[in-house]
Amino acid sequence: MVNVNNVSKTYQEVKVVDGVSVHIKKGKITSFIGSNGAGKSTLLSMVSRLIPKDEGSVLLDGEEITSYDNRELAKRLSVLKQSNNIKVRITVRELVSFGRFPYTQGKLKDEDKKLIDESIHYMNLEAFEDRFLDELSGGQKQRAYIAMVIAQDTDYILLDEPLNNLDMKHSKQIMKALRRMVDELGKTVVIVIHDINFASCYSDHIVALKDGKCVYEGTTEEMISNDVLREVYDMEFNVCKIDGNRICVFFT
Amino acid sequence: MKWLVAGFLLVFFSILSLFIGVSELSVMDIFSLSSEEKDVLVVSRIPRLISLLIAGMSMSIAGLIMQQLSQNKFVSPTTAGTMDAARLGILVGMLLFPAATMMQKMLVAFLFALAGTFVFMKILDKIRYRDAVFIPLVGLMFGNIVGSITTFLAYRYDLIQSVGTWLHGDFSMLIEGRYELLYISVPVVIIAYIFAHHFTIAGMGEDFASNLGLSYQKVVYLGLGLVALITASVVLTAGMLPFLGLIVPNIVTIYQGDHLRSSIWQTAILGALFVLVCDIVGRVIIYPYEISIGLTVGVLGSGIFLYLLLRRRSYGL
Repeated sequence: MVNVNNVSKTYQEVKVVDGVSVHIKKGKITSFIGSNGAGKSTLLSMVSRLIPKDEGSVLLDGEEITSYDNRELAKRLSVLKQSNNIKVRITVRELVSFGRFPYTQGKLKDEDKKLIDESIHYMNLEAFEDRFLDELSGGQKQRAYIAMVIAQDTDYILLDEPLNNLDMKHSKQIMKALRRMVDELGKTVVIVIHDINFASCYSDHIVALKDGKCVYEGTTEEMISNDVLREVYDMEFNVCKIDGNRICVFFT
Repeated sequence: MKWLVAGFLLVFFSILSLFIGVSELSVMDIFSLSSEEKDVLVVSRIPRLISLLIAGMSMSIAGLIMQQLSQNKFVSPTTAGTMDAARLGILVGMLLFPAATMMQKMLVAFLFALAGTFVFMKILDKIRYRDAVFIPLVGLMFGNIVGSITTFLAYRYDLIQSVGTWLHGDFSMLIEGRYELLYISVPVVIIAYIFAHHFTIAGMGEDFASNLGLSYQKVVYLGLGLVALITASVVLTAGMLPFLGLIVPNIVTIYQGDHLRSSIWQTAILGALFVLVCDIVGRVIIYPYEISIGLTVGVLGSGIFLYLLLRRRSYGL
């Protein structure tokens, strides 16, 4: 359980995140939604201690996140920021091996290698494992990063726009993989996501931000409704039920 | 396989290096050396070979670490002002403490190299326009500013000739008793190897490193410290070896990738080989006179640098 209490962040006198309180439930997918500049990524970065917060507290299983030892925290919570611009030439296997770094500091034991193999298998990357990252497509790269997070084997996994720059097919692959990680491996996943229909079809819980404030928070059924979405995005939605999923129509 | 060949070439050129020079010394005589020949070998040839090997290895590794930490393939002790700062440090050391020992000079040079590199990294943080080629240009400008301060001070205190000798790397003066400082680089390189994983991860970016529980700042400080130590010891003994830390790691990266655990030894071997060959070329081209290695490395190195620049799209650098 992660409890976010009243956190704020100010950049050059603009409150990017303004007194947000959120409860992230264990074993669920929680999506942060909202327009550009609503403060989703900043909130995610504060929850994952990548940037310091100005006010408030983030409690991971009851303890303030910044009071954790760095290495210990890396065994419990992992976070991936948008990583398309990393140009480092390492192989997929080397990248996935980094997931074991908090445990091994670089010296891999047999059980680590086994976990790395499993993670590569889980994301269907066997065919690419010896290829350099810069030779892969965006979807393959994203899968490699997620395989690393699986190898890191943390209870909490936070992802900043994992579908950024991916086509529909790869987006679906990634979301299905996240769903399986929650259902089969018991992980807790938090994502920042722009595609409202992916959020609707795959998440359990949705947090809506607007102008740095949390305007709505609830289950997917509660959140994916014409009234809530209109207020979050300032535009009209038509939520339809298709094959048991709530699909938002807003294109015309 | 390739690296076996490189290793073999390294041994071959090392032996060759021992037997090139004004004093006749033949491989055939190795078991029947006169005392004079023995002296040539022990006092001059062997120290020279050891310095070449250590300087080549350590400068290349210094470049590798810098490129990793700055996430830019064109940053190196030459293109980040580190060498110029070390040179300024040596001059300041000479001015303030004329009676200083080699170790004390080393310390001043190290502190200057560290500070210079640090200032450059701070400038990097401030630059918005982060084109891969733009950054080494800024570094070269910064290095030249530091260099002009050195020249100014040298003129004022009539030391221009001494400064000139550090401007051009030269191994001909490295005889017994004058090269031992280079041994500092040996433990430094071993430390670099031990922390190879840390440097590679830090090279993936601060957020990436924090996610894995790595203290990014500490690793960057450690890396820059190692680079400054290597640069200071090399500039103080052999002089400036331009472009070495730039081209060698870039060539290795193309084949081997950026994981330091696998690239660090190959960078070391190739770096040593490159310096060794450049030195031999400089020694035979106008035999019995010598061209300083700073010149041969500079000419060959800048040529390869240009080639890498032009080919960078295809290598994804």
